[in-house]
Amino acid sequence: MRRIAPLLDNQVTDESLYLGRRTFLKNSATAALVAGLPLFPGCGNDGNAKAEAAISETRPLAEITPAPARFRVDEPQTPESDATTYNNFYEMGTGKDDPARNAHLLRSEPWSVTVEGEVARPGVIPLEDFLRPHPLEERIYRLRCVEAWSMVIPWVGIPLGDVLRRLEPTSKAKYVAFETLLDPEQLPGQKRRVLDWPYREGLRIDEAMNPLALLAVGMYGRTLPGQNGAPLRLVVPWKYGFKSIKSIVRIRLQEEEPATSWNLSAPREYGFNANVNPEVSHPRWSQARERRIGDWSKRPTLPFNGYAEQVAGLYAGMDLRRNF
Amino acid sequence: MKVGDRPVRIGVAIAGLVPGAFLAAAAVGDRLGADPVEAILHESGEWALRFLLLSLCMTPLQRWLGAPGLIRHRRTLGLLAFGYAAIHFSIYLSLDLGFDFGALAEDLTERPFIAIGFAALLGLTPLALTSSRRAIRKLGKRWQRLHRLVYLAVFLAAIHFLWSAKADLLEPGIYAGFAALLLALRVVGRAGQKPADYARLARAEARPGSGQP
Repeated sequence: MRRIAPLLDNQVTDESLYLGRRTFLKNSATAALVAGLPLFPGCGNDGNAKAEAAISETRPLAEITPAPARFRVDEPQTPESDATTYNNFYEMGTGKDDPARNAHLLRSEPWSVTVEGEVARPGVIPLEDFLRPHPLEERIYRLRCVEAWSMVIPWVGIPLGDVLRRLEPTSKAKYVAFETLLDPEQLPGQKRRVLDWPYREGLRIDEAMNPLALLAVGMYGRTLPGQNGAPLRLVVPWKYGFKSIKSIVRIRLQEEEPATSWNLSAPREYGFNANVNPEVSHPRWSQARERRIGDWSKRPTLPFNGYAEQVAGLYAGMDLRRNF
Repeated sequence: MKVGDRPVRIGVAIAGLVPGAFLAAAAVGDRLGADPVEAILHESGEWALRFLLLSLCMTPLQRWLGAPGLIRHRRTLGLLAFGYAAIHFSIYLSLDLGFDFGALAEDLTERPFIAIGFAALLGLTPLALTSSRRAIRKLGKRWQRLHRLVYLAVFLAAIHFLWSAKADLLEPGIYAGFAALLLALRVVGRAGQKPADYARLARAEARPGSGQP
């Protein structure tokens, strides 16, 4: 793993030092809160402590190409502590703080990705080999959840299009299908059939080739924490967050549109396209506005999450109301 | 001292305010996680449903435990439920909708799960307004009929919670099951025995310093 080799120890601030300080602050806050905590899942500090443990298991990433202007949102970044403790990753539990609590069960090393279907170079590829040919790039993107909240996250990854080109799709490759790891021991949320596991997502090949589409291996300059989809996840910033599948073990190129998990679960509510669109409401809530994590009030949601200039052309002539 | 006596009732009222106080303290102290608005919305709604269900437990519990006076807690518990529901709605209207009444109208007309929650709150409102001793005395038999609205309200509230869930129905399912059980007990209770004279009970409840009804 050449490019995600850790920095030398003496180049990095001793993490136990600053974690120690934060733990102290948290504990003084805990002292103020006594009984009744189990009834307040949002209030427990346990999740945060575990999340910090999980963050500390990530490693700093080196040799990252900084994001050029077109891949860099000029808005304040969401604090790392929020982005790593407020997660929808049902494989690790359905509560927002469950993934941070359960992430330690996921063994993201060693990892391999199965590439199959309409490609010239299929195979079961160890993650290091999968990543080696590509320089790591930083991308600072908005993330818009279908639940009407959003974040701004500095990702580290490799453009999906570059990876696909290297795998050489055949002329029949019209779609890319992705699958998350299926292992209820590592992903205890899979013990309950909340969704039809394994989690599946997919893109049209032209969407996958768009330079915005990223295969992320890190965030905030470090490898991905488990709760954010370690060690490899998709980031498709113009679509609702559920399209950005986590902990990917399988990439399949195929001619037919793949079945996708949320669409299978509730086809009226979650489409295959799932482009961020303030004008098309979810059946149970409006998508016109969103709460940026950290804000008390909501702000207007932008068409294609603000990336219309780069992606609207992919959907020219398409009825976005029908193809939500 | 009996279970329904005034000091006990005051204790229940104070205990009922504790979750709200914790929630407020956690909000001020930034201990509600990344999305405090969502946390307050969720917690206030859930506490409203909890107190509503608790208030409905009093009558069957009184019968089974033979603890007369338990039903005198219904008013406190019902008012707590209404209070948490009102906070739930206020947070939604202010922080979620930013007092955009057009958006409220759109939600109420186009999103049945929100309309149902709103209807539950509307159902509780006249009950809260007629919970005073004066109102009970004044309305007499009609008070009893009016307060059957609580069955509709708990039914709507349980559906509202269930319908708000994305995929994991476990927790709202448990509440809905409990609500269904309590409603079923009323039906069975009515069929199996002489109906209780709730108006008389309510009048007794209203008499200051009176013992058990």
